[in-house]
Amino acid sequence: MLQARLVTRRGPFALDLELSAPERATLVVVGENGSGKTTLLRLLAGLDRPDAGHVRVDGATWFDAATGVNAPPERRSVGWVPQDLALFPHLNAAENVAFGLHAQGVPRDAAGTRTAAMLARLGIAGLADRRPGALSGGERQRVALGRALVLEPRLLLLDEPFAALDRQTRRGVRGELRRLLAGLPCVTVFVTHDPTEALAFGDRIVVLEDGRASQAGDRDDLLRHPRSPYVAEFLGLNLFRGTVTARADGVAHVACDGGTLAVADDGADGEVLVVIAPHEIVLARERPAGSALNVFAGLVEELTPEPPQGERVRVRIASRPPLVAEVTRASAEAMGLAPGVPVHASFKATGTRVFR
Amino acid sequence: MAPTRLTPFTLVAAIAAALLTGALALPVVALVLRSEPGALLGRMAQPGVLEALRLSLITSVAATALVVVLGTPLAWLLASRAFPGRRAVEVLVQLPMVLPPTVAGVALLLAFGRMGIAGRAFALAGLTLPFTTLGVVVAQAFMAAPFYVLAARAGFASVDRRLIEAARAARADEGHAFRRIVLPLAAPTLAAGMAMTLARALGEFGATITFAGNLPGVTRTLPLAVYLALQTDLDAAITLSVLLLVMSVALLVALRALPASWPGGPGAPGPARH
Repeated sequence: MLQARLVTRRGPFALDLELSAPERATLVVVGENGSGKTTLLRLLAGLDRPDAGHVRVDGATWFDAATGVNAPPERRSVGWVPQDLALFPHLNAAENVAFGLHAQGVPRDAAGTRTAAMLARLGIAGLADRRPGALSGGERQRVALGRALVLEPRLLLLDEPFAALDRQTRRGVRGELRRLLAGLPCVTVFVTHDPTEALAFGDRIVVLEDGRASQAGDRDDLLRHPRSPYVAEFLGLNLFRGTVTARADGVAHVACDGGTLAVADDGADGEVLVVIAPHEIVLARERPAGSALNVFAGLVEELTPEPPQGERVRVRIASRPPLVAEVTRASAEAMGLAPGVPVHASFKATGTRVFR
Repeated sequence: MAPTRLTPFTLVAAIAAALLTGALALPVVALVLRSEPGALLGRMAQPGVLEALRLSLITSVAATALVVVLGTPLAWLLASRAFPGRRAVEVLVQLPMVLPPTVAGVALLLAFGRMGIAGRAFALAGLTLPFTTLGVVVAQAFMAAPFYVLAARAGFASVDRRLIEAARAARADEGHAFRRIVLPLAAPTLAAGMAMTLARALGEFGATITFAGNLPGVTRTLPLAVYLALQTDLDAAITLSVLLLVMSVALLVALRALPASWPGGPGAPGPARH
């Protein structure tokens, strides 16, 4: 369980943020570069000292400005996976993972056993004696995760865990990490600039803008009620959880709550997340005759100007599954869109993104 | 590196380079030519030679050890911390490199001599520096310290801060992170600094003769013995010189061979950068 308030000022940049997460939760902090994501993690890890506030994890106080408590990093039960991973170049994979155990004075035998178990759990037992320079991006990331997790931290801090990976590797690693995090007994704080990652990983999502939380809540809350242009733009996405039921010609069919979606097939099996950006969805009063595989009919539920005074409109449609589309104000007016009006929403399979 | 084409500019540079290289090589060549390898070993056995060699090795190794023990923490602070008076310390550290050694010797006498500022305190503790072997060590350490401290500072500064932070977040205290991360990664630079320091201590003449004198077996190191031999016996001076030359070249070769093969050295992969 995490309870924190972090206040800091570095030159023109100010951070003032409250965070809380129940046991085992994954808290995703999403924001653009420069919004204070890395600063936040450094404050939690004890690498920098906040000007004010407190950090409490599972009943232990790591920082409290009022009482002057400020535990150094080595006295905080954190797992730290920085964006660049910062693996020790002169140590091999096993030595990197074992580093914290040795630093803590864990006896050599026990440290060896725990290290071997961690390497096996991450599927890199065969790479134990390789130095970071001889590992691929995905392998390096596992070593960094192992170095953090072997200490059984109460708070796991992940800084843009996919930033250092190429697109191909990213896809596979995402699913693995999601399963891994789900099985962890600790609170995870995961920062990212990518809203789709936030939706895929976060039980709770905090949107960070200029050092402040412009919105915090669970996934659905954010999707339904974006409270700022930034949130609307980056989090106003259609997100569905479903199961792959069939595939043919590069298209997979995913059965989700409200209906079946045709998505770009990336070979995923079983449960997947499907994300559709609102601007990928085309609206029409008549059923479209084109090649779109996904066509859903429904009544317009709500129209929201987007940005609030802008030239685009966000349209919520009570289709099965429910969809949010974004169209220009002009076309919304031309179609006579208003609450209660029936429309057809369509999108291409290639307009979807799939996460395992 | 681009293949070299002979343009007028390259030609001028090559001529200048040849002149300087020749000027550097000529004395060495002259020394080697004039020495008689066969007779070298025989002369080595002469009483004063081995004595001076032994003294030189002991004092320069001791001076290097002294510099490493005291200089490593200083270099780490200079590389990693901002503190009041840091600029002044940096200037002080470099001072011996530009100070004429005889001036350093006089200054050492005024500080550590019998009537010197610190000398009296040393005398009370039963330590006498001037005209003792310990004095030789101090003179050599004084003159050679910058070579180690500057190298070590550069070595420490080149260790990525993010690695130290990752170590701290993996529950290593400052000391553990320094021993297991900073020291190994800076090791090639530290070793290079040590070799330079050893070489400088080995060759120390001016500060030694001014501060510690020229007592056979006590303060007469190899460079002093060379100077003394030159007055009376040129062949002996040549023998001693060749001996010093061989030791210096050996150090230089060792120095160049070191970093490439060292873990964490310039040839080893570093952390990914973005």
